[in-house]
Amino acid sequence: MIEWADEVLAELLDETRLLSLGELCRACSAPAETVVALVEQGLIEPRETGPGQWRFEAVALGRVRTALRLQADLGLNPAGAVLAVELLEEIERLRRRLRRLEGSR
Amino acid sequence: MEYKDYYKIMGLPRDASQEDIKRAYRKLARKYHPDVSKEANAEERFKELGEAYEVLRDPEKRAAYDQLGSQWQSGQEFRPPPGWEQGFEFRGGGYTEAGAEHFSDFFESLFGGGFRTTGQRRGGFAARGEDIHARLRIRLEDSYHGATRTLNLQVPEHRPDGRIEMRTRTLNVRIPRGVTEGQRIRLSGQGGAGIGGGANGDLYLEVEFEPHPLYRVEGRDIYIDLPVAPWEAALGATIKAPTPGGAVDLKIPPGSQTGRKLRLKGRGLPGTPPGDEYVVLRIVTPPADTEEARKLYREMADKFDFDPRAQMPRG
Repeated sequence: MIEWADEVLAELLDETRLLSLGELCRACSAPAETVVALVEQGLIEPRETGPGQWRFEAVALGRVRTALRLQADLGLNPAGAVLAVELLEEIERLRRRLRRLEGSR
Repeated sequence: MEYKDYYKIMGLPRDASQEDIKRAYRKLARKYHPDVSKEANAEERFKELGEAYEVLRDPEKRAAYDQLGSQWQSGQEFRPPPGWEQGFEFRGGGYTEAGAEHFSDFFESLFGGGFRTTGQRRGGFAARGEDIHARLRIRLEDSYHGATRTLNLQVPEHRPDGRIEMRTRTLNVRIPRGVTEGQRIRLSGQGGAGIGGGANGDLYLEVEFEPHPLYRVEGRDIYIDLPVAPWEAALGATIKAPTPGGAVDLKIPPGSQTGRKLRLKGRGLPGTPPGDEYVVLRIVTPPADTEEARKLYREMADKFDFDPRAQMPRG
């Protein structure tokens, strides 16, 4: 069965797209307290676009999901999960650089 | 269905203590967690590990499993003997439900009786459907030009009797021009079905690039290694360099060495601003496979006053 995904409903979450705290919580299936705990650890930084109004860059979605999975699956606390996410990202950056430098050899 | 050797999966002997089992699980969970492991089947292995641990950590389930006997091999055709579970009571030890994944048929056939999930994490009659997250693998060209790709999704569906069934859904998705690795496309309402009139969840597709034979991508920039002849590098030359949009003329400055990066502005992935293409020169020497070629090389050795290792310490 093929369903057409209506173009109007498909939205690219690029670097210009900001998410509200509510959108972020829904997309991560997490309560606000859990996401706020990660903000407090510095994993993601909100922009205040109005009084008490937080907006996050789209890249926050992936980072929060990973941190939550690590907490749930490996029993990490928020601080540990954040460190793990940051280290994993650094590893990925290094791997990409390595692939670029090793090139077609 | 196939027999699953839970001890083998966890790398434990059959007489392992509960403490051994817990320790082994923690170590392997860190190793095989899909966010940590780069192996292609990390998710399967992690799920398998979770299932093995679910059985072995619970003394009741472990005893029942051990009852099947130790002569079974992983993957062997298996049917539970009638009445095998008599004397055991399986209380809802529960799975660690990290999502809607279900355990193997093997597990279900042995322990399935008491372990139906309620289906929805949120209570109430009307609930918003689950958000689904999936990865979408595309080619570099799909992002450069924009494209439409067909995606097959395994979607968990909650049956009326409480069981979860995986259904395959096929979607055609438009790939926006200039999408980069790791960006997500959100398809509103294409996620899990809402309950009792609640809204559908959303579908999030995380974009992943297939490895490309020529280019490597970082953000919107692309990199390509370009082989050049020694005289092209030394004397300079204008050559054709491949780009996703077609070959372009590239001027190689005289006196270039291997590793030199030349920037083709705006030739990377489209965007505001568009990415660049970086051409990395790699000088390749012609093979000395004829007498003529060897003669030329020896002449070069003679006529050039050149020591490539002049800067290195002697001795």
